[in-house]
Amino acid sequence: MACSFPEEVLEHVFSFLTSQKDRNAVSVVCKSWYEMERWCRKRIFVGNCYSVNPRIMIRRFPEVKSVELKGKPHFADFNLVPEGWGGFVYPWIVEIARGYPWLEEIRLKRMVVTDECLEMISKSFKNFKVLVLSSCEGFSTDGLAAIVANCRNLRVLDLRECEVEELSGHWLSHFPDSFTSLESLNMACLLSEVSFSALERLVARSPNLKTLRLNRTVPLEKLSTLLQRAPQLVDFGTGAYSAEIRPDVYSSLADAFSGCKNLKSLSGFWDVTPAYLPAICSVCSLLTSLNLSYATTQSPDLTKIVGQCYNLQRLVVLDYIEDTGLNTISISCKDLRELVVFPSDPFVADADVLLTEQGLVSVSQGCPKLQSVLYFCRQMSNSALISISKNRPNLTCFRLCIIEPRAPDYVTLEPLDVGFGSVVENCKQLTRLSMSGLLTDRVFEYIGTHAKNLDMLSIAFAGDSDLGLHHVLSGCDSLRKLEIRDCPFGDKALLANASKLERMRSLWMSSCFVSFGACKLLGQKMPGLNVEVIDERENISSIPECTPVEKVYIYRTVSGQRFDIPDYVRIMGKDKDGVYDLS
Amino acid sequence: MEGGYSRVVEDVHPQLLDLIPNERNWFVKKDNNNNIEGDEKKLELRLGPPGVEDWSLSNAHKNYKSPQKAAQKRSAPAPVVGWPPVRSFRKNIASSSSKPAPAKKEKMVDSCQKGFFVKINMIGVPIGRKVDLNAYDSYEKLFVAVDQLFRGLLAAQNDTSGGRVNGNHEHDKAITGLLHGNGEYSLVYEDNEGDRMLVGDVPWHMFVSSVKRLRVIKSSEISNTCCLGSRQENIKL
Repeated sequence: MACSFPEEVLEHVFSFLTSQKDRNAVSVVCKSWYEMERWCRKRIFVGNCYSVNPRIMIRRFPEVKSVELKGKPHFADFNLVPEGWGGFVYPWIVEIARGYPWLEEIRLKRMVVTDECLEMISKSFKNFKVLVLSSCEGFSTDGLAAIVANCRNLRVLDLRECEVEELSGHWLSHFPDSFTSLESLNMACLLSEVSFSALERLVARSPNLKTLRLNRTVPLEKLSTLLQRAPQLVDFGTGAYSAEIRPDVYSSLADAFSGCKNLKSLSGFWDVTPAYLPAICSVCSLLTSLNLSYATTQSPDLTKIVGQCYNLQRLVVLDYIEDTGLNTISISCKDLRELVVFPSDPFVADADVLLTEQGLVSVSQGCPKLQSVLYFCRQMSNSALISISKNRPNLTCFRLCIIEPRAPDYVTLEPLDVGFGSVVENCKQLTRLSMSGLLTDRVFEYIGTHAKNLDMLSIAFAGDSDLGLHHVLSGCDSLRKLEIRDCPFGDKALLANASKLERMRSLWMSSCFVSFGACKLLGQKMPGLNVEVIDERENISSIPECTPVEKVYIYRTVSGQRFDIPDYVRIMGKDKDGVYDLS
Repeated sequence: MEGGYSRVVEDVHPQLLDLIPNERNWFVKKDNNNNIEGDEKKLELRLGPPGVEDWSLSNAHKNYKSPQKAAQKRSAPAPVVGWPPVRSFRKNIASSSSKPAPAKKEKMVDSCQKGFFVKINMIGVPIGRKVDLNAYDSYEKLFVAVDQLFRGLLAAQNDTSGGRVNGNHEHDKAITGLLHGNGEYSLVYEDNEGDRMLVGDVPWHMFVSSVKRLRVIKSSEISNTCCLGSRQENIKL
């Protein structure tokens, strides 16, 4: 039966499909839908830059306007991936510059981006609008200057937690005087000072500016000037929030804030002088997002502010908030969806902050919409975890970090298996879980049995045997990303679940018991996987095959092995013939 | 885990990939030297003070055949790479800025005073609470907060079945009517002159500047007092 729908109609229908998942589903319905869909796909997301070759992507999807790539594994954030491992975006930029001259948006996460890449971007895409770099490195302020000077239609320049070589602050002054299209500028991660007058002029001539996140060098006294120029701001990040206490500075700051009627998000607040915090009071009830994670100030000061944010949906704060502050939040912030509590002093065993499991229990009790939690603390109990899971069965993301590895239930001294088991059993929509504390194989049995929607799991210092890993790999049907460190998991579970690995994006295992021999076998038997052994020891070739590797990173790929590896990375079980030829 | 176990093949072997035809027979973990059967034994090994396990590779190599042995070691805490999992720019937050001295009260801090906690008791509930009046800017918000504070406690007091699910107070009876004075309860306060006053008569900021403590009482108590003409004897406070 021929398809009676004209192509134009189908294309129009497809244009409403924005999620990549939906589009992927549509593309496998039949050949004609595959063809149609590939011609009208505008956005591409590649979760692992080594899973596919850019030429394959460009050949299949010729009309893409937005590319998003991720490079290094997540544990690179915690220095577990050595320097030079990979994630170089340059080859992608070269291909994309050739294949997508009308590209508008590039989003990169954990990739190595050089100044040359940035220059190429700035010159290759005439209609370039959006550059978002998250946790990237390898570039300097010269590269930024190139982007800023050459991208005439730039709307978004968003640098999130990048490591930038700071040659000077002059890059900002390279925005041409005729440039007025800026909508979003996030320079919070930069350390060097920019010309304030250039910044002020830029803000003044950007009527569409909605997001402005300054860096630490912009002084508090100058904030009111900027806010007065941009009262339309929706998302504002202060610089260092400290100054000598002067009533005139305070009142002009308070006035400037109260002029921002559309403000929804505040961040920044380095080096807070507590007396200046109340200057934001007038906008507290407008805020849906507040990041005070650099505000090293005591609980009362923090609580007094957060307690007025009745419409808050997202809160990021240090453990200085303490249980009392979280209790206030549980009463005042009924719309809270996401809570992040970072540790102020992560490397001391006992901190003198009164933040315990109780704070999280209060919030779970009082905030009915709470879905996402990242919580660092120093003690936890099974009963608290059970309470939390019963209070909040709607949790989708639960990440708990008890600072001391293998810390048991502090009340009963038992493992926390039952507590985390309760989380996966009650929170049926859980897609992300990070665990800590004392955990045996039993918790993995619970996870394998109940966590059917789990997409990403992070495990550290847990488990007793391969059985634990087997439960996870065989039971978690939706699992795509698994990262494990310092667990007694070895070859058996890995090899017995080899086919599962092809249905996942990636598996990271470091300081476990996976042997060289097993990695080689896996690499040989599974052509669809790259098994990367990351091992910085010398004389690797003379180590017996039964020796455990330092780190192994396994991911599925259709582009064969990569050739940009440093000497401490070995792609196991593949030789030159294992490469897919794409020319 | 129930079921039998297959013999573990020590050497890595191509057949391992096809070794598990029937998932139910996945073997109970059995290693050479440490036969751990049963959860109790596993737990036993785990009891003891927590400590950082030193998973240095030499340990891993030495203990490769018997991972359980390695797991029993408890060494003194030592710095572990990448743990706790915080990004490097978050690592020195506490040390780089000195822990601040308590905030000084400043004149320019007008509408937001220091955290102003007052006691609040509710009739029928033996344990009182504290509220931060600076967290609110109107009576309405205060009444909502009072409702939230005591609703659960009151319901727990009245519930004799003992089978309450923890934490879900949405179905408990709300403490309404505080705002309009027509409900079962009323909110009164003790001011800086020691007098007991009904909440709601004066502008909010005036109330905040004179309030010393709060009480939730039965509205009937107020009318009783008026009828009998006595100030305090009949109000159990």
